[in-house]
Amino acid sequence: MQLKKPKSIRSALAVATCSMLSGVSHHATAESTPWEFDTALLYYAESDADNDRVTVVEPVIRARKEIADEEFLTFRFVFDSLTGASANGATPQNTPQTFTTPSGESTYTTNANQTPLDPSFHDARGAINAEWELPLSRLTKGIFSANFSQEYDYTSMGLAATLSRDFNNRNTTLTGGLSYNADTVRPVGGAPEGLSPMPTTTAVKKTTIGSDLDKNVADLLVGVTQVINRNTLMQLNFSYGMDDGYLSDPYKIFSVVDNTGSLVGTDPYLFEKRPDSRARQAIYWQTVHQFTKDVINFSYRYYWDDWGIASHTLDLKYRAELGRGHYLEPQLRYYTQSKADFYYFDTPDGSTLSYASADYRLGDLDTSTIGLKYGITQDDNSEFAIRAAMYTQSSGGDAPFPDVTANIIQFNYSFNF
Amino acid sequence: MFRISMLVLLLTLIGLSGCSSWGVQPWERDVLAQKKMQLNPYPVDVYLDEHIYTSREASAGGRAVGGGGCGCN
Repeated sequence: MQLKKPKSIRSALAVATCSMLSGVSHHATAESTPWEFDTALLYYAESDADNDRVTVVEPVIRARKEIADEEFLTFRFVFDSLTGASANGATPQNTPQTFTTPSGESTYTTNANQTPLDPSFHDARGAINAEWELPLSRLTKGIFSANFSQEYDYTSMGLAATLSRDFNNRNTTLTGGLSYNADTVRPVGGAPEGLSPMPTTTAVKKTTIGSDLDKNVADLLVGVTQVINRNTLMQLNFSYGMDDGYLSDPYKIFSVVDNTGSLVGTDPYLFEKRPDSRARQAIYWQTVHQFTKDVINFSYRYYWDDWGIASHTLDLKYRAELGRGHYLEPQLRYYTQSKADFYYFDTPDGSTLSYASADYRLGDLDTSTIGLKYGITQDDNSEFAIRAAMYTQSSGGDAPFPDVTANIIQFNYSFNF
Repeated sequence: MFRISMLVLLLTLIGLSGCSSWGVQPWERDVLAQKKMQLNPYPVDVYLDEHIYTSREASAGGRAVGGGGCGCN
């Protein structure tokens, strides 16, 4: 959607005059446009009723510059640091349980009746994204981007291209996009063989299938954006994605239990195993509408994949203008998903299954986010905002996993330089 | 499911193109040109939100392509 910012007559005349006098195009004046910086700092802290879980601190810097008329370069730098404990997938028991860490060099013990959490979870991730947006013709625009991110056990490299074309007096825009990511998983202690036992003492080593495993992710998107009227814009997208390669979580296990829920055998914990391909589809609808000054931004997504997961996502933001550049934006989001076909929070079948995972993120899950953003915009295009939100994850069905609540605080500062 | 979704998309496209009363004239774009009226006025917010949600939920996609992956255990 080409929504040009209105330019003053004075600057248009200046551009025209410069072009005539110097014989160069107005690219020369575009070079003097400032860099637009968007910076943010996210703090995210998760806990359940008994324990603190993951804490994330994530600064982001995004810099964008118009390098020629309607041609933009954008860079995004992200660093995130994760510390804390993460659920390992085993179910709570009425006796203490002992597990080995991913390296196999040490063990940890969970108290009776508590959700087993791996306390060795920590990670740091750096990511860079570069994007080049340019007009390809009067009505066509291209966006080309590349991304790279690195964690100590994961590397992601990708390319993406999006083409869009305006029709109907620029009231309708058709968009098509493609992306491809080539990722590498390097699990601590090697990737365990799916459905093999997790050792419960350091004397025994897990069976591994390799230390460097590939994961490829391809996505296709088609969409239409429509101006409805002077105050309303609407978008409808369809996306199709294919993942293949190593899609299991190398650190997750599940419990093998008898019909009373007690652990059985000498190897009661097996490493999870997921299929090595996944086809994902989504329909996404978004609308933005302005009342007198306030703006409502609503989206709905229906997602489904061939792992048996289907989900609905509703997202609502209402920006209330308070005057003199101040605004307050309540944000609500609701998400519900049905479980993957191979999700079992525990199972008596053990290694007779083809695939199994007890990762609560693949189970029946309802989440909700309630948040509030307060922002101040200034005449010099700078903007400061603070956002506080609470994100709750509840496992559905009769899963024995407790609700997890995350508190989110975010600071934003945007300025031109 | 795929056929149904493509049918819905096709019908919507036909519906959109058939609504000649939709849309504005070039001189009526003052409101739509405002930052807060963009589909994604705060890309950093959306990036951070999607990072949280894709690492905690089993769904992804729909809004745009590109952006990169993470281990997200």
